[in-house]
Amino acid sequence: MKYLDEFSNPDLARRLLDQIHAVTTRPWAMMEVCGGQTHSIIRHGIDQLLPEGVEMIHGPGCPVCVTPLETIDRALAIARRPDVIFCSFGDMLRVPGSHDDLFTVKSEGGDVRVVYSPLDALQVARDNPDKQVVFFGIGFETTAPANAMTVHQARQQGIPNFSLLVSHVLVPPAIAAIMESPTCRVQAFLAAGHVCSVMGTSEYPPLAEKYGVPIVVTGFEPLDILEGIRKTVVQLEEGRHELENAYPRAVPAEGNPAAVAMLRDVFEVTDRTWRGIGMIPGSGWRLSSRYADFDAELRFEVTDIQTDESPLCRSGEVLQGLIKPHECSAFGKECTPRNPLGATMVSSEGACAAYYAYRRLDLVSAGGA
Amino acid sequence: MCLAVPGRVVEVFDESGTTMAQVDFGGVRKKVCLAYLPETGVDEYVIVHVGFAIQRLDEESAKETLATFERLGILEEEFGDGFEAAAREKGVQL
Amino acid sequence: MGEEVGGAAGGGAAGEGGNDLDFEGWTCPAPLRNTPTVVMGHGGGGAMSAELVESLFLPAYGGAARAELGDAAVLPPVAGRLAFSTDSYVVKPMFFPGGSIGDLAVNGTVNDLAMAGAQPLYLSTAYILAEGTAISDIGRVATAVGKAAEQAGVQLVTGDTKVVDHGSGDGIYVNTAGVGVIPDGVVIGPERARPGDVVLVSGAIGLHGVAVMSCREGLEFSTPVESDSAPLHGLVADMLATGVDVHVLRDPTRGGLSASLNEIARGSGVGVDLVERDLPIPEEVRDACGLLGLDPLQVANEGKLVAMVPADGADAVLEAMRAHPFGAGACRIGTVVEDHPRMVVARTGLGGTRVIDLPIGEQLPRIC
Ligand code: SF4
Repeated sequence: MKYLDEFSNPDLARRLLDQIHAVTTRPWAMMEVCGGQTHSIIRHGIDQLLPEGVEMIHGPGCPVCVTPLETIDRALAIARRPDVIFCSFGDMLRVPGSHDDLFTVKSEGGDVRVVYSPLDALQVARDNPDKQVVFFGIGFETTAPANAMTVHQARQQGIPNFSLLVSHVLVPPAIAAIMESPTCRVQAFLAAGHVCSVMGTSEYPPLAEKYGVPIVVTGFEPLDILEGIRKTVVQLEEGRHELENAYPRAVPAEGNPAAVAMLRDVFEVTDRTWRGIGMIPGSGWRLSSRYADFDAELRFEVTDIQTDESPLCRSGEVLQGLIKPHECSAFGKECTPRNPLGATMVSSEGACAAYYAYRRLDLVSAGGA
Repeated sequence: MCLAVPGRVVEVFDESGTTMAQVDFGGVRKKVCLAYLPETGVDEYVIVHVGFAIQRLDEESAKETLATFERLGILEEEFGDGFEAAAREKGVQL
Repeated sequence: MGEEVGGAAGGGAAGEGGNDLDFEGWTCPAPLRNTPTVVMGHGGGGAMSAELVESLFLPAYGGAARAELGDAAVLPPVAGRLAFSTDSYVVKPMFFPGGSIGDLAVNGTVNDLAMAGAQPLYLSTAYILAEGTAISDIGRVATAVGKAAEQAGVQLVTGDTKVVDHGSGDGIYVNTAGVGVIPDGVVIGPERARPGDVVLVSGAIGLHGVAVMSCREGLEFSTPVESDSAPLHGLVADMLATGVDVHVLRDPTRGGLSASLNEIARGSGVGVDLVERDLPIPEEVRDACGLLGLDPLQVANEGKLVAMVPADGADAVLEAMRAHPFGAGACRIGTVVEDHPRMVVARTGLGGTRVIDLPIGEQLPRIC
């Protein structure tokens, strides 16, 4: 695809890597915030090509993985209702709640459908006026405009049988929460490019200033990631801590004002629990009171379903690079990729899941050598 | 959140009051909501996430970035590693 | 890579050349009591069942069917070891670019036999029809079954039809079982991969899965990609004719190349090293997968095989594959190694490595 393939060019990657090696004089620990970047790093083996000591601490993963247990339990309760068609992005289906997942609900007769876009769910609602159609509206700031537009259209076009189960999470408060930890090892952030495509970059200079960390807006293709890392290392080596944009082709400073305006209308900031990590103040969006009629949690009265995160899970510490996943007592026992407790095990790129896969590789290679 | 890919707008149309587009992703075509970038014209590139164009792709900027990467290597060849180190010492941003 | 899609799609489609599948134009040659849809009586074993066989299945199958299509086929003795396989087909939608559930049902079982090195001879076909399914759809599927069987050179010797309540089934489900004969001296199995073996694949991967996904409800996108559904026993015969001791053959259907390679790695207790750059992934497949967040290695194929052959015979096998229309895009994608047993590891374009894991479940579009 044009503008994707060019940014995976191995020759240019080599040049960027050479540069990173040339400028690095000591160990640095930086976090890529977004699961998509983690995916790309693992997918292309980028972490193995960096200078010794340049450590990528994988961030909380993606919004699918951090969706709190409680919200998933509520989703499952709604999806089980015979009058409901429950629509979701594909990746949400296999994320387990306390007991089971949406696949199980589907196998038991629940009408659970995978859609590509929330607008498809709205179409399902138009086509099935005698059913309640619920869309599982998760995501970071990138996905929120799609969900916002969908609920906005539902109201405008008078589609009363549509509602949204919202669990949006926000990146800047998560960065702040990670930095607030007194034991935090993260020295710099690669900010999530597509979040900034929507929101712009204005939220980050204050964070860079307050916590004294470089923040580099970074894309997702191999060259983008390498350029993000290069700019970050240069800043660290020079003792600077600023916002830089390594993904200008997709991120203008002002973001997408039309989308931001819609978000401000449809959503309002709320506290949000991150799976296995805990509550981060102000780190989520919920439907604003103007759209309360379309809030599935209220419509189906599931707010009394309350689930605590597993007390065993130490993913908050894993995330900050304080412990390695196998130092968690649940690792590989109560908690495996098929039965994950924390976000970092849910996502195949999460630190715990990646460690689970790679540790196996390390073990067998060591054994074979 | 992150899975957003660039595609070329091949057709812009209205669908019950919403601006929509047919977008080509290297042969794969999909209908995309263009409501957040209504000014976008045919043949422009947009970045698409879950069926929504969330941002325009700035082709000039893309080319510039690639050109910068190309130059990175050339600088290296012309000036050698020493240039880097010297520049760093002087606080010159590369 | 563009030509490769064309080649594979053209070669893969049973509709190429003299085998035009005229789905659209199918009409029932002898009207079936004027019922446009399936009713319970069609599976009852009475007159309506008989009519369905005589007026629909037999004419649709054409020359590929044995005239009687009885409850038990009586077959002549064969010389050699038998391979026997069965598979059920429930693909949704039933019709997709480049094929239908009908040719999948034939090619799938033919290929399962072929992967044991067998020459497929006979197939049974059994249908489970949901009440209310259009007779014309059954006609299209049965026609596709007949054409595919003819193309593959297998006989349809026995069959069955059942009808289930509206709601208990969905459209048309097809089961086929097949029998083939394995030439003397041929021993192929997932436990025979040896360190040093070369890994070959017969052509572009990911075509079938992308074609089916492009018309799945809720995902619809348009793509030039067509299913690669094709019978592979001819290709296998040509590979075996080189005299090289082919160790493993596998058709990477559900779960794609990653499932097949992981199964082989586990079955043989070896490691598999892939070189990503060498994987024949057509641009259209890569792009569709990029859009949906899927891994092309996990997407299904229906007309491709992966082979593990000793290094000194690899070139000869590769040459034989490339000479066959269904192996024109064949290439080398990796090697079998002693390291990391039971795991598949790919060298990425940038020079790093990544573990290719066994896919956990169904492939679903991702957002992140
Ligand atoms: S191994 Fe599981 S329980 Fe332990 S920190 Fe990781 S996600 Fe949490």
